[in-house]
This record gives sequence, C-alpha cells and structure tokens, in this order.
Amino acid sequence: MKILVPVKRVLDANVAVRVKPDGSGVDLANLKMSMNPFDEIALEEAVRLKEAGVASDVVAVSIGPAQAQDTLRSALAMGADTAILVLTDQPVEPLAVARLLAVLVEREAPDLVIMGKQAIDDDSNQTAQMLSALVGWPQATFASKVEVSEAVVTVTREVDGGLETLELDLPAVISADLRLNTPRYASLPNVMKAKKKPLEQIEASELGIDLTPLLKILETRAPEARKPGSTVESVADLVERLKTEARVI
Amino acid sequence: MSTLVLAEHDNARLNPATLRAISAASALGAPIHILVAGEGCDAVAAEAASISGVEKVLVANGAALAHGLAEPLGELIVSVAEPYRHIAAAATSFGKNVLPRVAALLGVMQVSDISAVVSDTIFERPIYAGGAIQKVEATGEKIVLTVRAPAFEMAATGEATAPIETVAFTPSSPARTRFVGKERAAGKGPDLASARIVVSGGRALGSAENFEALLTPLAETLGAAIGASRAAVDAGYAPNDWQVGQTGKVVQPDLYIAIGISGAIQHLAGMKNARVIVAIDKDPDAAIFGVADYGLVADIFEAVPELTKALS
Repeated sequence: MKILVPVKRVLDANVAVRVKPDGSGVDLANLKMSMNPFDEIALEEAVRLKEAGVASDVVAVSIGPAQAQDTLRSALAMGADTAILVLTDQPVEPLAVARLLAVLVEREAPDLVIMGKQAIDDDSNQTAQMLSALVGWPQATFASKVEVSEAVVTVTREVDGGLETLELDLPAVISADLRLNTPRYASLPNVMKAKKKPLEQIEASELGIDLTPLLKILETRAPEARKPGSTVESVADLVERLKTEARVI
Repeated sequence: MSTLVLAEHDNARLNPATLRAISAASALGAPIHILVAGEGCDAVAAEAASISGVEKVLVANGAALAHGLAEPLGELIVSVAEPYRHIAAAATSFGKNVLPRVAALLGVMQVSDISAVVSDTIFERPIYAGGAIQKVEATGEKIVLTVRAPAFEMAATGEATAPIETVAFTPSSPARTRFVGKERAAGKGPDLASARIVVSGGRALGSAENFEALLTPLAETLGAAIGASRAAVDAGYAPNDWQVGQTGKVVQPDLYIAIGISGAIQHLAGMKNARVIVAIDKDPDAAIFGVADYGLVADIFEAVPELTKALS
C-alpha cells in the first residue's frame, strides 16, 4: 500500500506572529519555518502504518518555493521514502493545492492520502475535503484514530459533542487531528540518510493547473487588543465586581 | 440572488450555531433559504421555518443523509446551488467537513471561518490562530462561507411562517463511506460553543478528580458549560471536545472564567473575544492575566470553592 502525505512549509508554531505595519501581510523575513504541525502528525501516522507492515511506500509532497526542500528533507528524515516538490514562488490557495494534488494522485496512484486538517498559517481547513471531492474518494476529516484492514480504513473522528467512527473503502483521503499521535523527532542518522533519499522537483506550471488566486487579500492587520483589566484582591471583591460592574452574574 | 444556509441538526433539533450562521447570512442583504438534510428531520424543518429572516426551508430526507456524511451532503448542495450566490454554514466540525467539498465542486475557494461581514463580497477572518485578521474579497461567481459562529448573534425565532419545500435526492453512486457509530461525550451542562458562561480549567488542576471536584460545582452554580485548556486535555483531565482554543473550540460567552490556565497563545485564540474574562491562577506572571478583565492571584484550590460558595 502506498500513502501520499502532503506537507506544508509554514512559520514555526513557536514563533510569534508579527503583522507588517503596511497591512500587506505577516512578516516572514528571516523567521524560522517548519513543517505544519498537523502535517507532521499525518506523516507520523503514515510512517507508523509502514512500520506496522500495512504500508510499503510513503511519499511526501510539498507545494511551494525551493526552500520547501527543507520541509521535505525533514519528512524524509521522519521516515518518508521519497519526496516530490511542486515548485512555485506564488502563494497557492487550498483549491489550487487540491487540484495539483489531484494530478499527483493520478500519477502516483496512492491507496491513501493523509494530511493535516489545517495549516497553522491560513487556518483554512479545506484541502483534504477539496481533494476528496475532486478525485471522488471517500473522506474522513479530523482523525484521532486510523485502522487499515485490507480494502477498508476505519477512522475515528473528533467531532463536536464526541467521537464519530466511519468506515471508508480505499482509496481514501484522511485529515489528521491533534490527538492522532505524537510525531517523532528525526534521529541524526536518519537526518543523514534523508539527504540521499530521492527528492523529485516538478515545476507547478507543468501540471496544467491555473494557480491564479480566487480570493483577494485586501488587508492583514493585528487583532484588537483587549482593554487592560484589573486585579481583584479577594473572591468577595471578584463577586462584587462581576455583579455590579460587569453585570454578568 | 439568494443565500443558502446549511442547517446543522441531529434529525430532532437544530444546532444553535445555525442560528448564528443565519445572522451572518442576514448581513449579506439577500433573501435566505435554509437547507435541512437528514432522515426523519421534519421537526427540524418546522423549527427552521420559525427563524426570523428565513424566507424558505428546503428539506431533503433520505437514508443517505441520516448521519450528516460529507459526500452525499456535498452532492446535494451542489445539486440545488444554481439559484444561490452565497452558500454558508457554521464553522463547526460539521460545516468544516462539508462545505469545502461544495466549493471544490463549484470551482471556487471557500472563505473559511469568517468573523465579520464587511460587504457581500468582503469578509474578515482570523489567521495564525487569531494572531492576525485578514480582510479578503471573494471574486468567484459563487461564494462559499463558513461562519465563526460565536462572532455572530443568534437569529431570533418566532412563528413558523416560512414555506417548506421538499427536495428530492438520490446519491449518484453507492456510498463508499459508512457511518459506524457516534460516541457522545459525557456532560449534562449547556453546549460549550453556545453557552453564556464558560468555566474552564487548565493543567494546574493536577488531576481529572480535581478537575471534576473543583469545576463541576462552580459550573452547576452558574449554569455554565465546562471547558479546558489543551494542556488539561492532553494530560487526560478533561475529554477532547472540551478543549477551548484554536485547535479546539472557539467560544465567545458573556463570561469566561479561566482557572489554573497559563494562557498559551493557542488557548487565548479560542476565548479572548469573550465579553468578560476572569482569570484565577497562583502565578501572577501567567499570560492569561494579560487578557483578563478581572485577575485574582490565588491558590485555585482555595479560591474556587470559595467562589462557588459565594455564588450559591
């Protein structure tokens, strides 16, 4: 079984976000970039399926600038067998990403695509659902448990109010939620080995997909700060203020 | 052209998040139709017909629609999409699961998780876990939106006056996704996403037993829903779907009481738009005090029972 894992290069989760003063976007210059944490979880799941003997082949894919090679090398170090970089310097929206992935799905013929439920930069939470719709494969989003048996995958999903379990015929598309697993750190020997693993590069333009954005970003601004609050000295003081000043109880 | 809002329900009752999505849809200025898709969901259709601002209710009934699976729902919505300019749903786990499929099949981008309607084509939405707000203009012929429900008021309900129209639906192919089951999380209080008061606990609670012993009496006294920080959920003190934060639920109650929560960015993203925030923690430097309207630096194991007592 072959698993395709799309991974996105994003601003590292531990770096504070700074909006550019002219409102043109978020400042990414010289800041640490990493693999989207939800994609890391997706990749970890794929690698575990390989280690369990369920999968034979894990292919990591990224779409973005040449620097996304670093993201793919991290994926190879975590355990992906091969990597594909679809090169483009322009921002690519989830619909275009899903369309590019649909082309790769046809070319690579995986049995399963697993990706993060959302990227922590644009927080769109769309790509897996869109890919599933475009290729006509079953979908299970927000997975917290994945079990593959022969031609079926059983997925437990984190939904509002509890957990839902679905059974999908393969091939299928899954998006990973936070509690699916805890991704490993790549060991140094694996980081060295990853340098020799195959990383194919394709120009996005060769895949025949129009990448022109459909959403126009007019402005990016910092969120409004809350007014400074006050310190209360005691529980009695707190209750008094909630009743008479804030009037919420 | 009109706006179509996808109703969220359990075949018996409408989810209040849909009322908030209707409010967002009202701001678009066009007539609103609501689609109720399920199995044996006529009571929900009647409820939907009573929402103020709803001009027509579409009902699709069938076994394929019983469990809200994304594939048949996406196909259904696309099949009725023609007369609509906007298609919207609340950005709940249900709405997020379905609407991107609709957008992809219609060949447009979805505008995810909108927090404000600026015009019928321009919307605001948080990015980077609320670290920035983006103003975007949708340029497609159709506009697909998911709505950050807590950012909008609930639409009023009254007399059931909107006409109900039945829509026929048969999936084009046999289902390759099958519903196996749903496990509801325990908890009898109000729904976290729509509660007026939320009492939330963090890692400082120290154990699942403490979490329950300290938070439940306070929540019951206030009629509040219980939430948790990611750290508390990861430590096993509280179930997954109690998690408030960018990776959990976004809440916007009138009163949010954070107990033993340090205030990681990802948690703040889920609650910092509450009208009044109270923080109780023993660490005076905790980031949560930066967003709190009222901060009490105290031992939570003493202060919380005292607070519960003072309020009962």
